[in-house]
Amino acid sequence: MHPIDRDAVQAELDRRRDQPVYLHLETTTGSYTALGPEKKPPVIAFVRNAQVTYARGVVTGPGPYRVGLKLQDGWVYADGLTDFVVSERDELLLAGHDPDGHLTVALQLSMRPFREA
Amino acid sequence: MATPTTTGAPYDATPVATPAPFDPAAERGLLVVLPHPDDETFSSGGTMARCADAGVPVTYLCGTYGDMGRRMGRPAFANRESLRDIRERELTEACAVLGAEARMLGLRDKCVEFEDPVEIAERVRAVIEELDPSTVIAFYPGFAVHADHDALGLIAQLAVRSLPAGRRPRLLAVAVGDQEANRAALGEPDVLSDISGTVDRKIEALRAHRSQTEAMFVKWDEDIEDEQGKAFRDRLLGGEKFYLLDPHHVTDYERNRP
Repeated sequence: MHPIDRDAVQAELDRRRDQPVYLHLETTTGSYTALGPEKKPPVIAFVRNAQVTYARGVVTGPGPYRVGLKLQDGWVYADGLTDFVVSERDELLLAGHDPDGHLTVALQLSMRPFREA
Repeated sequence: MATPTTTGAPYDATPVATPAPFDPAAERGLLVVLPHPDDETFSSGGTMARCADAGVPVTYLCGTYGDMGRRMGRPAFANRESLRDIRERELTEACAVLGAEARMLGLRDKCVEFEDPVEIAERVRAVIEELDPSTVIAFYPGFAVHADHDALGLIAQLAVRSLPAGRRPRLLAVAVGDQEANRAALGEPDVLSDISGTVDRKIEALRAHRSQTEAMFVKWDEDIEDEQGKAFRDRLLGGEKFYLLDPHHVTDYERNRP
């Protein structure tokens, strides 16, 4: 992945709007936080391959970045995004990483379903 | 003041039972059943290599591709979509180091506990019937920190339980996390595997799981250790420890599952 280029990401969001796209949205602390010094329980959520259609999608912020997708009946939102890439399968992958390189948040859009195990 | 008793309470003067040594020469086959690529190396890589050295067939039945992990390498070289194939390749490499054959159950990472345990246990049982191992290694249900670990631990236990008496391999369970809390709840581990002869290969296999272990090794190499790193190094030097789990023992984890 590369550090987010806002113009490039905005162009990729525009290219996918007004049509059903598959969404992967995720945030994670990792599963082992209970073993850390603060002994916090993990907080993790993901949605994979939900279909959404957005009329307006915008990337904002000075970095880390935010993305909002305006749906007909609601919103998709992510904050903390730092890196992006368009995969070989033409998926737009946006992610946030902490200083150790661990993924903290992901927002991904694809015309085709994301691969399942 | 508590009165000393002879029932094995913590204040009892009776010496703690010494764990039995793990003896590869007594094994016919070893099957390791855990959910993620790298669980095998962390928990029992040294024991797997010892068995392979003794000519004992070693198989790792891996539940998922670890595709929902948050570790992407340091610096990150994987992403959410490439992680699956990267971890599969890392597993192949680690198993080559340890002398094991890898097989996949193909479940979705983080979602093992939401599957029907009986259905997955039937698939594990079929592998046990095919390979006829003398020992199965799995996580101890309820003492394995990660929800996938607990869930596949129970599934492995159900698989062994479902076999007819006389066809059941010995079930060795791995407890992870707070070892003192585990000892308080479960007692001393029953089996200790001395991995002093294979610890180098265990470390090589850990390094093969590069996306997951690179951050840890960066800290090791810079001599900066967090609590998890310290606990792991202590465990590495202390050998691999297992609890003998009766397949018919109903754990609290099993009792409380939906």
